[in-house]
Amino acid sequence: MPELRDIVERVVSAARPGEQVEAYASWSRETDVRAYGGEVESLSSSEAAGVGVRVVVSGRQGFAYAGSLEEHLVAEALAEARDNARYATADELVGLVVPDGVAAAPLELWEDGLGTFPTEGKVALALDLERQARACDARIRQVVSADYGDSLVESAIASSTGIAAASRRTTCYLAADAVAGDGDETQTGNGYSVGRCPEDLDVAVAARDASERATRLLGARKPPSSRLDVVFDGRVTATLLSILARTLSGEEVVKGRSLFAGRLGEQVGVASLTLVDDPTIAAAFGAATYDSEGLACRRNVLLERGQLAGFLYDGYSARLAGTSSTASAVRAGFKSPPGVGARALSVVPGELDQAGIVSLVGEGVLVQGISGVHSGVNLVSGDFSVGAEGLMIRGGALAEPVREITVASTIQRMLQHVLAVGSDVEWLPGIAAGVTLAVADVAMSGA
Amino acid sequence: MTTATSPLVDPDVVERVLAAALRRGGDFAEVFVEDKRSTSIVLDDRRVEELLSGHDRGAGIRVVRGETTGFAHTADLSEAGLLVAAHAAAAVARSGGGEAPVARLEGRADPMLRVEVLPEHVDKAAKVELLRRADHAARSSGGAIVQVSAGYGDSRRRILVASSEGLMASDDQVRTRLSVTCVASGDSGMQTGYESLARTVGFELFDRFSVEDTAQAAAGRALAKLSARPAPSGVMPVVIKGGTGGILFHEACGHGLEADHVVKDASAYRGKLGQLVASPLVTLVDDGTPVDEWGTAAIDDEGHPSQRNVLIEEGVLTDYMWDYLRGRRSGRRSSGNGRRQSYQHLPMVRMTNTYLLAGEDDPDEIVAQTPDGVYVAKLGGGQVNTATGDFVFGMTEAFLIENGRITEPLRDANLIGNGPDVLRKIDVVGNDFDMSPGTCGKDGQSVPVGCGQATLRITGVTVGGTAGA
Repeated sequence: MPELRDIVERVVSAARPGEQVEAYASWSRETDVRAYGGEVESLSSSEAAGVGVRVVVSGRQGFAYAGSLEEHLVAEALAEARDNARYATADELVGLVVPDGVAAAPLELWEDGLGTFPTEGKVALALDLERQARACDARIRQVVSADYGDSLVESAIASSTGIAAASRRTTCYLAADAVAGDGDETQTGNGYSVGRCPEDLDVAVAARDASERATRLLGARKPPSSRLDVVFDGRVTATLLSILARTLSGEEVVKGRSLFAGRLGEQVGVASLTLVDDPTIAAAFGAATYDSEGLACRRNVLLERGQLAGFLYDGYSARLAGTSSTASAVRAGFKSPPGVGARALSVVPGELDQAGIVSLVGEGVLVQGISGVHSGVNLVSGDFSVGAEGLMIRGGALAEPVREITVASTIQRMLQHVLAVGSDVEWLPGIAAGVTLAVADVAMSGA
Repeated sequence: MTTATSPLVDPDVVERVLAAALRRGGDFAEVFVEDKRSTSIVLDDRRVEELLSGHDRGAGIRVVRGETTGFAHTADLSEAGLLVAAHAAAAVARSGGGEAPVARLEGRADPMLRVEVLPEHVDKAAKVELLRRADHAARSSGGAIVQVSAGYGDSRRRILVASSEGLMASDDQVRTRLSVTCVASGDSGMQTGYESLARTVGFELFDRFSVEDTAQAAAGRALAKLSARPAPSGVMPVVIKGGTGGILFHEACGHGLEADHVVKDASAYRGKLGQLVASPLVTLVDDGTPVDEWGTAAIDDEGHPSQRNVLIEEGVLTDYMWDYLRGRRSGRRSSGNGRRQSYQHLPMVRMTNTYLLAGEDDPDEIVAQTPDGVYVAKLGGGQVNTATGDFVFGMTEAFLIENGRITEPLRDANLIGNGPDVLRKIDVVGNDFDMSPGTCGKDGQSVPVGCGQATLRITGVTVGGTAGA
C-alpha cells in the first residue's frame, strides 16, 4: 500500500511562486466474483491507483491525471496540468479552497474484516446467492448473474492553499439478477445487500428481493392510459431524489441551468417534504469525512418543509454565487476534477409505511422500477417521463401487475403534488436513502 | 497518415507471461495491453473552464479454465509486473489439471495508425478555438439562447492483444469529438438542445464537418422547444427521421442479440434463429468496419478483426453477436464483438456500429402518408430490459404530425415499447440513411458505438407525454 499522503505532498511542494497546486491520489483494491450455473463464471482481483493534479495560475485552471503512482508519470501529470492552465479563460474567481475551520465528523468507514476476508469466502457467498435466488420460487428460470463485489479505497488530497486530508473506506455487496418465467412470459428482478464488511451482507435478503421483484410482475399487462396517483417504491424514490439533487447543484443554478434558479426561499413543494444532504451519517452509503476538495463534509438542508432552503456548492460555484462552499465537491476518482454533487440525501420520514400509503391512495399504481431516467428527465425544463413497471392499486391494496408504461409529469408539479412521504426511510447504494413516496395526478401512458 | 509504431510490450515478454498464466492449468490465457492518452476541454458560461489530460496504461490478463475466468490487471507493464498479474489471474484455475500449451504468437505487435492529423500534434489553442466558434455560432442563433456549454475531446488508444492460441494483434485508435448543449429561455420556461459530432478520425474531423453546423443544430433544438406543447400520451404512429434514431435498433433488438444474454436465456430473441422476428423491411447489421464511424475499429478488444454481421435479414433472425468466450462455448468463432472499456475490464459481447439498411421511400412522402402521429427529429438515449424486450428511448426533438404535415413542437418525453413488437410494426423505410454516434453502457462498461437508420414509421408505439391522459 503506497503512502498516498507523501505522494500528494510531494506534488504540492513542487508548486511555483504564484501557482496553486492540488493533488488528489487514490488507491483501491477490488474483488469481483460472478457465479452462474453453480460455478464461478469470473473472478477478478485487482489493484488500481492514480493521481489527479489541478494547477491554477493567474485565474486559469488546468487538470491532468495519471493512472499510476510511478514518479515520472505523476510528474508528467503535473507538467501537463500546468500546460493546460495556459489555455483556460482567466477568471479571478477560479482558485483552490482554503481550510474553513469546520471540524471533520468522526466517521469510521473502514472495516479491517474486509481486507482479511479470504477469496474462498467471497466465492462461497456468490455461489450461495445464486443457489438461494434459484430456490426462492419454482418460476425463477434463470439467475443471470449472482455477484459478490468489494473494494478497499484509500485517498489523500493536499493543496498549496493548506488543504491536507486523507480517508479510507471499505464496501462490499451482493447483487442478483433473476429471470422469472411462466409459459412464454418473462420478467426480471434485481436484489442486493450492501455493507462495509461481509458480516453486513444478507444473502437471503438479496435472493428473495430478486425473486419477488421478478415473480410479482408475471402476468403483467399494459394498462390503458390514464391520469392517476402514483406510489414510488423506495428504490425508485432514491433514484428520483438523486436526479432532483442535480437541479439543486449551485453550479447549475448560478449558470442558469436549473429550474430552481432564482427561487431560493420559495415554497416549491408540499410542507411534508424536507430534503437534507448529510454525508456525516455513517449509515449512509455515500458517507464521507471530507469532500473532494478536502473540506469537512457537513449537513446541508435543501428543502425545508417544502421551501427551497439551499443549494450545494463546491469552491468555485460558491464564489460565483457569492457564498461559501457547502463542502459538496465530488469527483469520479482521480480521473476527474471536482464538480458539485450530493452524497447522502434523505427526506424527513412521514407517518405511514408502504402498506399504509397504498391504503391511503386507494386507486393508483405502485411503481417498483423505472427506466430511461437519463433520456426522460430534463433537469432544465423539468419535463419528466420515464418507463415504469409495477402493480396497480385497487381498493387500497396491491392488485394486478403492469408493464410497458410511462409515468409523466414535471419535477415542479410533482413536488407540489406529493401526497405522502413514507416512514420507511432506508439507506441504499448510491447517494440517496429510499422511501415510499406518493404523488398525485401523474399521467400514465399505456395502451 | 499510415504508420507503424513500436509495440507496447515486447512480444517475447508477452509469450513468457502467457506461459506463466497457464503454468498452473487452464485452457486459455490472454494478455491485453493498453496505452491511452486523452484530452478534453470544456467551455461553459462563455469561459474555457478547464483543459484535462489523462494517461492510462496497463494490462489485463485473463485465464480461462472450463467455465471459469480469472482476471487481474496491473498498471505495471514491466515483465515483473505482468507476471504478478498473470499469477493472480491464474489463481482461480489452481485446482490443477490440464495444461494448454502456448502457441507461437503470430500477428502484428506494432499497430498501424491511419489518421491524417494526430490530435496530439495540434496546438491546444486550436482546440480551444473550436469551442469559441461553437459558442459564438450557438449564441448567434437567437437572443433566447442564454447558456451554451461545449465540449471537445480526443483520445488515442493503443492496444496489443495476445493469446495462448497464438493470436497477436494490435491497433492504434484515434477518436475525436465535439458536443454542444444550449439552454434557451422564454415565457414558457427553459428548454435544452444538444448535438454532437464524433468520428474515429483525427483532427481532420473539423475539415470535414462544420463546428458551426453542430452548434446551430443544438441551438435550433432548444429554440424550437420554447413554443413546445406537452407531448401526447398513448399509442400512436411515430415517424423517426433518418440518422437520428438508430438508437431504437440498438435498444429494441441489438442488446437482445448479444450472445451473452442469449446463452443465459435472458433475451427475448433466444431460440428465434431462422424465424421472422421483424417486418420484412428490416435488415439489421452490426458492422465494425465502416470508415471513420464512432464504433469502428480495425480489431475488437480480443484481437479479432472487425467484421460486418447481418443479424436480421428481411425480417428473419440470422445470427447473434459473439465474443471469443461465448463463441467457443457454442462451437463457433467470435464475430468481432468482444469489447471492453479498458484494460481494467473483462471483455464481453458488445455492438459496434448497428444500423438498419435503407429502404426505397421518400422521407417526405412517409410523413405525408401519416395522417396523425408524432415525428421524432432527434432521439436521445435509451435503455432496454433484454429479457423482456421492453425498452424506452427519449425524444429530444419531436413534433406533432397532423393531416400528413409536421406541425407543433413537443416537449421532451420518453417512448416505450417492446422490441419484438415494435420491429413488426415498421411499415415503411425511407431512402435517406445516415449514422449518429453514441456511448453504450452495459454492466458498468462504456464503449463508443454508432447507430444508423433511414426515416421510418412505426404504426403504433406508446408516447409517454402528459397531454390527453
